[in-house]
Amino acid sequence: MTMRIGVVTFPGSLDDRDAARAVRIAGGEAVALWHGDADLHGVDAVVLPGGFSYGDYLRCGAIARFAPVMGPLVDAANGGLPVLGICNGFQVLCESHLLPGALVRNDSLHFVCRDQRLRIESTTTPWTSEYTVGQEIVVPLKNGEGGYVASEAVLDELEGEGRVVARYLELNPNGSRRDIAGISNARGNVVGLMPHPEHAVEALTGPTTDGLGFFTSILKGLVEA
Amino acid sequence: MTRHPDTVADAIAHPEREQPYDQLGLKPNEYDDIRTILGRRPTSAELAMYSVMWSEHCSYKSSKVHLSQFGDKKPETDKLLVGIGENAGVVDVGQGWAVTFKVESHNHPSYVEPYQGAATGIGGIVRDIISMGARPVAVMDPLRFGAADHPDTRRVLPGVVAGIGGYGNCLGLPNIGGEIVFDPCYQGNPLVNALAVGILRHGDIHLASAKGVGNLVVLYGAKTGGDGIGGASILASETFDDGGPTKRPAVQVGDPFVEKLLIECTLEVLHAGLVEGIQDLGAAGISCATSELASNGEGGMHVRLDAVPLRDATLTPEEILMSESQERMAAVVTPEKIDAFLAICAKWDVTADVIGEVTDTGRLIIEWHGDVIVDVPPRTVAHDGPVYNRPYARPSWQDALQADVPDALARPTTAVELHDTVLRMVGSPNLASKTWVTQQYDRYVLGNTVLAQPEDAGVIRVDETSGLGVALSTDCNGRFAKLDPYNGAKLALAEAYRNVAATGAEPLAVTNCLNFGSPEDPDVMWQFERAVTGLADGCLELGIPVTGGNVSFYNQTGDVAIHPTPVVGVLGVIDDVALRTPIAFGEVGDVVLLLGTTRDEVAGSEWAHVVHSHLGGLPPVVDLEAERQLAQVLVAASRGSLVTAAHDVSDGGLVQVLVEMALRHHVGADITVPEGVDAFVFLLAEATARAVVTCAVDRVDEVVALAGAHGVPVERIGEVTGTDELRVGPTYGETLAWGLHDLRTVADATFPALFG
Repeated sequence: MTMRIGVVTFPGSLDDRDAARAVRIAGGEAVALWHGDADLHGVDAVVLPGGFSYGDYLRCGAIARFAPVMGPLVDAANGGLPVLGICNGFQVLCESHLLPGALVRNDSLHFVCRDQRLRIESTTTPWTSEYTVGQEIVVPLKNGEGGYVASEAVLDELEGEGRVVARYLELNPNGSRRDIAGISNARGNVVGLMPHPEHAVEALTGPTTDGLGFFTSILKGLVEA
Repeated sequence: MTRHPDTVADAIAHPEREQPYDQLGLKPNEYDDIRTILGRRPTSAELAMYSVMWSEHCSYKSSKVHLSQFGDKKPETDKLLVGIGENAGVVDVGQGWAVTFKVESHNHPSYVEPYQGAATGIGGIVRDIISMGARPVAVMDPLRFGAADHPDTRRVLPGVVAGIGGYGNCLGLPNIGGEIVFDPCYQGNPLVNALAVGILRHGDIHLASAKGVGNLVVLYGAKTGGDGIGGASILASETFDDGGPTKRPAVQVGDPFVEKLLIECTLEVLHAGLVEGIQDLGAAGISCATSELASNGEGGMHVRLDAVPLRDATLTPEEILMSESQERMAAVVTPEKIDAFLAICAKWDVTADVIGEVTDTGRLIIEWHGDVIVDVPPRTVAHDGPVYNRPYARPSWQDALQADVPDALARPTTAVELHDTVLRMVGSPNLASKTWVTQQYDRYVLGNTVLAQPEDAGVIRVDETSGLGVALSTDCNGRFAKLDPYNGAKLALAEAYRNVAATGAEPLAVTNCLNFGSPEDPDVMWQFERAVTGLADGCLELGIPVTGGNVSFYNQTGDVAIHPTPVVGVLGVIDDVALRTPIAFGEVGDVVLLLGTTRDEVAGSEWAHVVHSHLGGLPPVVDLEAERQLAQVLVAASRGSLVTAAHDVSDGGLVQVLVEMALRHHVGADITVPEGVDAFVFLLAEATARAVVTCAVDRVDEVVALAGAHGVPVERIGEVTGTDELRVGPTYGETLAWGLHDLRTVADATFPALFG
């Protein structure tokens, strides 16, 4: 049976098509979820894609967290549903308090789009199980407010519990504390990632196909579960 | 707020009222024409409409007589589904797919307010694309600024770049290319051109016309505000009491989030078959949309202007008519489908209001709270504006400029001098790496970007199943156009054409953005006439039609005009994007070949500009037959997977091409200067119709045979070594070597040093 991965579209979501394509290339069925519909339609996992929800004129993700779809999503995530928030999706997860910390304006003050080298730090999440710890990958990064911040105590807790999922290598593109590119919740099912694995799933259009692992991981995990 | 508007009845009752037509940019003869058309003085609302619609920007009154050449000299083609005159041309790219693309200028607003000027330039061109029924899939920006190290360039460039990124990134459109050129001639008048491309199925084409008497006119998108009003505030302040707000910002303010919703909403109502006619609101806002829709349809329209939703309740009717508030569209919808239309707008949280209906009265009638304030034949506003055959004459200085040949300029005489000259040029602003700029743009969104800057052309996949794609490049060397506007325009066309072909795409169609000084200056008008003629002739010779374009006049500071800058965009089609040819040196051991003929042509070159600040002589010879043959070789080589890389030779000459090919993926090469060829000319001359390709050793014979079959000279000039160096020899008895790290450092340092 094909696994069904929901991809939420908020007003201003931009990478929803890309996330759906990545799900399909990995062998899953992408299910479009609408921000105004408080129903997850029985999907097996959810991707919150990148973009500028509601224009992000307020704090990024601050309005999207109140979208009707977020009610059942937060409940399901707390119940163990795998959720991956990419870029704006990561910001929405932080605003929803499914993940700790916040994303702030890049330290360069410029939007930055570049092919970014990352190190996978945790393979215990359902989104990273197909990688190996320490594996280096290159995927696109593109954000204006991607600097991950949290209190020292929270950062220590994330490190101590192995919840730093990926870290920037060679260059920290946005001033993230401790070079953090992605984190998970304590249970591991909710992952927020600032870089864009969905843009690195085809050799023709991406810098690599290194991002595909996030999508094959979740599908494999769901099949085995 | 209530104040008595200037009604049609008032205009009849008080014919003597003085009107500030000159402050709205109308000439006395134009004002007289309006009075003749109407048989009375215009109301102030009518005056507002005529003044914006008869402006140079909207009416093309100085350029029309020359632009007709693009139609008159149109080559035979069955690829053009919609031609010049609509919001954007539509080109058949095969497999049932069509592409629409267009470039426009936003020069003046971007100088006044760089961020919003550039941002709304993107917004406007994208609305042109969606109003044709196409999904926008990419943008590009040809940009020109004053001297790179001038303090004002530090104000303008970062703002323009941030505006393009801020708007385009938020819209979710990949930015796949463009140009950044510095020249002191643009100091007080930067050029900010924006190109957008969209894709659609053949059956999805929509046009701007108000068909069907009784159909409803819907205004949807952002509410109308006081931005971009410009001259209308004069009407408000001079004709009436001075109690209300007067000074309005002349530059529009963009809201990319609303535009993103407008894209999705518009495509949904179009695909649901709910729309009879559609028009975007750009320059001249509601004045333009209502008069154009009406005159392209049944000929009449009745509008209730007080039904327009406002951001600012104090706006006068004249201001509402002239407002250039962004992110607005107008649609014509049948009464049966209006509920479905409004429901989709509501789904996307897009404001939508019925503001009028289509009539067959032949009149555009606009009411304001029951009073008729406009009653005009819409064609006279939209299409029958003044046409000027402005005087033009070859400038008195042109001969002296062309006689000032670069023969006496000191050339490098030793290997060391040549080595250092190349390094200096690699780091010069026009040739240096543009990464500082392009990394502020999202090039990945939508997942179909196959090639983006710094490649020769942007390549976008259109169909994920078949691999069908399109390539786009914009180019212009304003120095060449200054030396010879006729051939300069042809050279711009040739370069864009060559860039598209270098990726493996077959060039199909042309758009343009003609940036010039004042049309009231006979020198400038001569440059314009020559450039248009050159471009029209060139397109006929190459067999690719002009699908549309834009004219921007008055680009000058005081009496000094910019270089004539006819920016040309060429669109090509590639059957399978997997076969596209990148610029990067391929495999170690690949052979490097030079296609085309090198001539000692340095007038107007980057070398003359950087090293000697010299501009004089005649630009490189343009040979469009040679360009066509070269393109055929490049396209065939791509289709046959014969070559591993291709890069066109243009600004900076051959050595710049080799540097870019090496730096793309940090792969070095050894290059041999052919016997009997001067090393300086070989490396730095800018002879056209040339490209560098690489291929595997065992494919060299096939590439040579292919070139020979098309009559393209080909010379084996080296080998991809994969080392850390680019080596060229013999030059003045020695072999030059540039470390790739050094080249990278020099190329990358320039922009951060200039702009932070």
